[in-house]
Amino acid sequence: MNPFSSGTRMRDMIRAIRACKTAAEERAVVRKECAAIRAAISENDQDYSHRNLAKLMFIHMLGYPTHFGQMECLKLIATAGFPEKRIGYLGLMLLLDERQEVLMLVTNSIKQDLNHTNQYIVGLALCALGNLGSAEMARDLAPDVERLLQFRDPNIRKKAALCTIRIIKKVPDLAENFIKPAAVLLKEKHHGVLITGVQLCTDLCRVSDEALEYFKKKSIDGLVKLLRDLTNSPYAPEYDISGITDPFLHVRLLKLLRVLGEGDADASDSMNDLLAQVATKTESNKNAGNAILYECVAAIMSIEDNGGLRVLAVNILGRFLSSRDNNIRYVALNMLMKAMALDSQAVQRHRATILECVKDPDASIRKRALELVYLLVNENNVKQLTKDLVDYLEVSDPEFKGDLSAKICSIVEKFSPEKIWYIDQMLKVLSEAGNYVKDDVWHALIVVITNAPNLHGYTVRSLYKAVQTTTEQETLLRVAVWCVGEYADLLISNAGMLDIEDPITVTEADAVNVVETAIGRDSSDLTTRAMCLIALLKLSSRFPSLSKRINDIIHRHKRSLVLELQQRAIEFNSIIGKHEKIRSALVERMPVLDEATFSGRRAGSVPNAVSTSQGAPPKIPNGVVKPAPPPLVDLLDLSSDDVPTSVSVGGDFLHDLLGVDMSPAPSQGTNQTKKSGTDMLLDLLSIGDPPALSNSAALDILSTSQDSQSAGDLSGKSPTPLLSVKASTSAGSSSMMDLLDGFGATPSVPVAVTDAPTYPSIVAFESSSLKVTFNFTKDPSSQHTTLIEAQFTNKSPNIYSNFVFQAAVPKFLQLHLDPASSNTLPASGDGSITQTLRISNSQHGKKSLVMRMRINYKVNNKDVLEEGQINTFPRGL
Amino acid sequence: MGIRFVLMVNKQGQTRLAQYYEYLNIEERRALEGEIVRKCLTRNEQQCSFVEHRNYKVVYRRYASLFFLVGVDNEENELAILEFIHLLVETMDRHFGNVCELDIMFHLEKAHFMLEEMVMNGCIVETSKANILSPIQLLDKAS
Repeated sequence: MNPFSSGTRMRDMIRAIRACKTAAEERAVVRKECAAIRAAISENDQDYSHRNLAKLMFIHMLGYPTHFGQMECLKLIATAGFPEKRIGYLGLMLLLDERQEVLMLVTNSIKQDLNHTNQYIVGLALCALGNLGSAEMARDLAPDVERLLQFRDPNIRKKAALCTIRIIKKVPDLAENFIKPAAVLLKEKHHGVLITGVQLCTDLCRVSDEALEYFKKKSIDGLVKLLRDLTNSPYAPEYDISGITDPFLHVRLLKLLRVLGEGDADASDSMNDLLAQVATKTESNKNAGNAILYECVAAIMSIEDNGGLRVLAVNILGRFLSSRDNNIRYVALNMLMKAMALDSQAVQRHRATILECVKDPDASIRKRALELVYLLVNENNVKQLTKDLVDYLEVSDPEFKGDLSAKICSIVEKFSPEKIWYIDQMLKVLSEAGNYVKDDVWHALIVVITNAPNLHGYTVRSLYKAVQTTTEQETLLRVAVWCVGEYADLLISNAGMLDIEDPITVTEADAVNVVETAIGRDSSDLTTRAMCLIALLKLSSRFPSLSKRINDIIHRHKRSLVLELQQRAIEFNSIIGKHEKIRSALVERMPVLDEATFSGRRAGSVPNAVSTSQGAPPKIPNGVVKPAPPPLVDLLDLSSDDVPTSVSVGGDFLHDLLGVDMSPAPSQGTNQTKKSGTDMLLDLLSIGDPPALSNSAALDILSTSQDSQSAGDLSGKSPTPLLSVKASTSAGSSSMMDLLDGFGATPSVPVAVTDAPTYPSIVAFESSSLKVTFNFTKDPSSQHTTLIEAQFTNKSPNIYSNFVFQAAVPKFLQLHLDPASSNTLPASGDGSITQTLRISNSQHGKKSLVMRMRINYKVNNKDVLEEGQINTFPRGL
Repeated sequence: MGIRFVLMVNKQGQTRLAQYYEYLNIEERRALEGEIVRKCLTRNEQQCSFVEHRNYKVVYRRYASLFFLVGVDNEENELAILEFIHLLVETMDRHFGNVCELDIMFHLEKAHFMLEEMVMNGCIVETSKANILSPIQLLDKAS
C-alpha cells in the first residue's frame, strides 16, 4: 500500500479540522487532505476510495472546491458492489457542479442500474436521476422510469414517482405518458407510494391541462375516499404523529384536492363535505393537527365558493390568530393575506388583533402583519390605522423603522382624504423616521405642500416647531429648510392661521437660525446644504434687514471643498451684494409644482411633454392655479401633417422643443428700464425663451431656469425627481454665471455680410388676419447657421396684444429665438413686430430647413391661436 | 418541489450537513448559509420558527446544540415542515440512539443516506421510520 495515498482516517481528519483555531490552519489541513486524495485518485487506489469520497463530502460541506472528486464518483458508480455504488451516487449528488459532460457520462451507468436485478441498486439510480436528471437524461430514461412505476416493490414505485416529477418538469411534453400510471398509484395502500403518487399527480396537473381534466374526472372520488379513510383510520403506530395518522399524507392530499377544485364548481362540490369534516374534527392542540387545519383552510379558500365553508375557514384563522403559539399566529397572518382577496370584511373583524401583531417582538410576525395591515387599509379606516402605525413608529426597533415608514407613507399617499391630514402624517413620519424614508417620499411631500396654498402658513409653522425639537432627521430638515425659504413671510406673520393652531412668535432672525443650524450640522449632506444655500438666498430677499448676516453665512461656504456649494456660494454672494435690483424677482416663490407630472414621473412613465416643459409663469401669484397650458403636442410633429393625438414622443424630440419653450405670457408692467439691463441679460441667458416685452429681466431668468430644469428632466440627466429645488438653482445659476461673467459684453447683433450668398425673402405664413415674412442672412462665421428676421404684420383693423411667436424644429436643427421687438401689433399693417431667429442646421447641404410655428395673441380680449408649418425655405440654408 | 435545502448547523454556526435540491455554487452556498445562520441563531425560543430570507422561507428547529434548518418555497406548508424536521430527528435518533452532533459528523454519509430516503428532489418520499431505515440497516449488516 502506498503510504502517501492512504491518508488519515475520516475520524482523524475531522478531529484535525475541528482542532484548528484559525481559518488559515483549517485551510492548511484541508489542502493537505485534498492533496492526499488527489494522489490516491491518480494512483487508482481502490482500497480507500470509499473513505476518500466520504472525506471529500465533508470538505465540500465546509465550502472548499472538490470538483476533482467527480470522476472518482463515476468510477465508483461503475463498480459492481452495492456499497461502492451507494457512496458513488451520494458523492455525485453532492459534489456535482453544473458540468453537463459529467452528467452525460453517468447517463449510461444510471440506465444500466435502472435495469439491475438488485432492487436497492435500482433505488439508487432512481434517486440520482430524480435529484440530478437533465432534460436529455429525462428523454432517454423516461421509458425505464415508466416501467418502474409498476415495479413489484413499493419502495421502487415511490422513488419512480418522484423521479417522474423531475422528468415532467424538465420535459413537459412527456407528461401525457405518465397520467394513467400516476392515477394507478392513487389506489395503493403503501403510504410511501401514496404520498409520492399524490405529489406526482399535483405536478402533472400543473404542467398539463390534459392531466388536470383526467384527474378531475376519474380521481376525485377516489381521493376523497382516501382522505376520509385516512382521517378515520385507527391507530397506526408506524405513521402516527401525536394521534394523527400520517399528517404529511393529509397535507399532500389536501393540496391535490385544492388544485383539482380550483375554478371547478362540480369538483368543489364533491369535496365540500369532506373538507368540512376535516376542518371540524381535526385536533388543534398539536402542531400536526394544525398543519392539517392550515392546509384545509388553504383548500377551502381556493376552491369554488361555498359560503358555509368559508365562514368555517375564517373562524379557524381567527382562532389561530389568537393562539399563543407564535408559529400558529404566523401561518394565520400568512393565510389571512389570501383570505383578503375573498372576504375582506371577515378579515377586517380581526383588525385589532392584526395591529397588535405589528408590534410583536418577533420580526417574522411583524413583517407578515405589516403586509396584511397594508392590505386592510381603506378609506374608512385609514385615519385610525395610520394613527396606530405612526404611534408605533415612535417606539419600534430601528431596523423595523425602514419597512414601517415605507408602508405608512405608501398608505398615506394612497388614501389621504385631505391635504392637511397628509401633511400632518408625513411630518410625523419624517420627525420619527426621516432618516429611513426614501427620497421620493419627501419630494412628494413638497409637491403636495406647494399645491395646498391655504396650508403654506400652517405647514411652515409646523415644520418650524418640528425642527425645534429634533434635528436628527435629515429629510425633515430638508423639507423644513425648503419651506422656510419659500414661505418665511408666513412663518413670521402667522398668516393663514388655522383654527387648530396655536400662534407662535418667530422673528426673522429665528427663521434664519433654522437654516443656519441646518447648514452648519456636521451630518448634513450635500443636498441639504445646497437647499440651505438657496433658502438663505431667498431669506435675504424676504428679510432685507438680515441681508448682511445671511451674506456672511453664505460667504463661509465660498471656501467649501464641494464644488457645487462653492460655486453657489460665490454666485449667491454676488447676487446679494451687487444685484439688489433683480434679487427680489430672482427669488420669487417657486411656482406650483405639477402633481400629475410628478406622480407620472415617479411611476416611471414617459414624462408628459406638455406639462413638463410648461414651467408655470413665474409672475402668477402664489397659490393661484396656473392657466391651462396650451397644447404643445402638435408642435412636436414636423414630419407629417397629421396632428398626433398622443404625446408618445421620446425625449430627444422634446429636446428640440426646449429652444422654443412656451414662454410666459408677458405681462404689462411699469418697469421701463428694459433697454438698459434687460437686453443684455436676455442675451446672456439665452436658453431660447422669446421674452418679448417681459418687463423685468429677472423674470426671464426665472422662466429660463425653469425651462432648463425641464430640459434636465427630459434628457434624464437629473437624478432627483423633484428638481424644482435643486435643478432650478443649478440651471438658474448657470445662467447667472453667464450673467456675472459676461457683464459688459454686448449682445451680438446680426450683421449682414456682403460676400455671403443672399437668399430671397419668403412669406412664411399668411392668413386673413396675419402675415409673417422671413428675411434670411447667413452667419458669416458658420455655414450651418442662418439668421432669420421674422416680420409680423397685422392685416386686421384690430390691435393685437400679448403677441407671442413660437417655433419648433426637428432634431437636426437647432433653434434660438431672440426677443421680439414688441408684443403689441398695431392694426392694419401700421407697423410690425420683428424677431430674430437663429437656426443652425447640422445636416447642412443635405436637408433644408423646416419649421412649425404657432402664434398666440389677444384681440379684443379674446385669445387667438394661429399655427402653421413652413416648408418653403430657400434651398441651401 | 417544496423543499429547497436541508441544513444542520451547530450553535457556533458551523455547518454539519448540507443538502441542496437546487443548484447553487460553492460561493452562493457559503453566503446563503452564513446569512441564514446569522438570522436564525439570534432568535430566541419564544419567536416563531419561520424566517423569510431572500425568496426562501426557512423553517428551523433547535435540538440541543444543533439547529435543523429547512428552506422551502412559498407554497409549502410551514407547520408540516416543522413536523418533518421532528420526524428526521426521530429517525436519526432511532438509528444512532440519542443522536448528537458528533454522530452526524462522523457518519456524514449515513446521515445523508437517511435524508435521501426521506427527501428526493425536494419532495417527501417516505414517512415511516422503519421503511427509511431498512436499507441502511441492511448496509450495516453487509459490511
